[in-house]
Amino acid sequence: MPTGAILLEQVTHRFPLPRENRAFTAVERVSFDVRGGEFVSIVGPSGCGKSTLLALVAGLVPVSEGRISLDGRPVAGIDPRLGFVFQRDALFPWKTVAQNVGLPLIFRGVDAEAARPRVADWIARIGLTGFERYHPHQLSGGMRKRVALAMTMVYEPEIVLMDEPFGALDVQTRNLMENDLLEIWSQFRRTVVFVTHDLEEAIALSDRIVVMTASPGRVKSVYTISLPRPRSVTEIRFHPDFGRLYETIWKDLKDEVRLGYERSQTGLLG
Amino acid sequence: MATSAARPVSWAEIRLWRAGLLAAFLLLWEVATRRAWVDPFFVSQPTVLAGQIADWIRSGFIFRHLLVTMQETIIGFLLGTVLGVAVGFCFAHWETLAHIFDPLMVALNAMPRVVLAPLFILWFGLGLLSKVVMVISLVFFVVFFSTYTGIREVDRDLVNNARILGAGPRHLIRHVLLPSALTWIFASLRTSVGFALIGAVVGEYLGSHEGMGYVISYAESMFNATGVLAGLLVLMAAVIAIDLGLKRLDARFSYWKPVAK
Repeated sequence: MPTGAILLEQVTHRFPLPRENRAFTAVERVSFDVRGGEFVSIVGPSGCGKSTLLALVAGLVPVSEGRISLDGRPVAGIDPRLGFVFQRDALFPWKTVAQNVGLPLIFRGVDAEAARPRVADWIARIGLTGFERYHPHQLSGGMRKRVALAMTMVYEPEIVLMDEPFGALDVQTRNLMENDLLEIWSQFRRTVVFVTHDLEEAIALSDRIVVMTASPGRVKSVYTISLPRPRSVTEIRFHPDFGRLYETIWKDLKDEVRLGYERSQTGLLG
Repeated sequence: MATSAARPVSWAEIRLWRAGLLAAFLLLWEVATRRAWVDPFFVSQPTVLAGQIADWIRSGFIFRHLLVTMQETIIGFLLGTVLGVAVGFCFAHWETLAHIFDPLMVALNAMPRVVLAPLFILWFGLGLLSKVVMVISLVFFVVFFSTYTGIREVDRDLVNNARILGAGPRHLIRHVLLPSALTWIFASLRTSVGFALIGAVVGEYLGSHEGMGYVISYAESMFNATGVLAGLLVLMAAVIAIDLGLKRLDARFSYWKPVAK
């Protein structure tokens, strides 16, 4: 049985709003599981707590109630088997591409001799050979995203959490990145939890989709996407089932999106 | 109607204007003192000033004093910077410490340190030590505050990313906090070097037997306007030279930043 399974049981996260003298509930009684090697997307209206959910799984923020476990072990702090790709590419601006990609190996005590071929291999995989000595500010948004991806994959985490990683990219670059991600995923078969607000992206990439309600975020429904693999995100959109799936899930999602929007307009969201 | 369209002015033209204005000023000064419109006893005279500086250089007199001032400036600057970085780092790291000492730091920083110079001379004597302490008291706060803010303002995503990538506390300091604070420290460096020189000169001016501050103070006690102005000019040249050097250093350390316009 592959490792990298995630289980969320009745997970609630509140944080205090000191000025209003009350607590804000970001996510409430969320339960779902992710099997080892599965690609699961979380979709929901903005402000529904999907990013909070990832931060909880990563151990960056503690759960208020409920339990999250990785392969049966409850999460307590940051798990070393875990990778996280941030919405903003959190590269180290004072380090070169090669230094950025190699950094997690330094952190993990891999000696320089052993690290070098692994770094070179990942730089080649993301197609940035020749850019090793560039600094992040000299790269395009897509290239920076690739470096961020290589930085996460270089230490081969069992679980990769991705928080709207391609949100800031233009459509063409985005499709390329999505295809690259699928290819890497099918090669390594790591568990991926992918947060996005783009339903098409979620359908094209995932095995399953978790739909969240407007704030406070709860699980509204879970869909299995049984489109054939290997997929190409640009071609899978023309599959006869794609439109049907999109329509079904969108029907479910759209009320929440409207609710989320209305609340953000009236400022009820806090 | 006759608002002239902005014609780009070339750098050559700007340099010409600068040189022209300077020359005109010096010429006016020279003529005004020669024709006795103003008394050269009070304002000296460009040619006399130039002669004085040339004399100082020829006899080596000025180098001895400049060296003393530079020594005090550099020692004080280095010690002040190290102290400022260390304390700023500790305060950013242990928040309780920052909370306890915050009022003290604000109060000490609010105190005009130049007025403390006589006390420093009283405590540490007429020699090098009192000037170094004076310089430290000026440099420390500039560096301390920029280090403290630099570390507090570190990008949270970057810290979280480093932690997930496996960084321990030591790694965080070395690979994230220090490089990030370094930009702030460098931004304050040019200010603090200026402060350092002021500290040294004021210290010498108030009590010493060597250094540029002493040269100026001695000339002043002799009612020698030429000596005072010549001393100032030499100091000015030194500050400009140091500042140019620092600009280069800064450029070397911020290679990773996009070029600012």
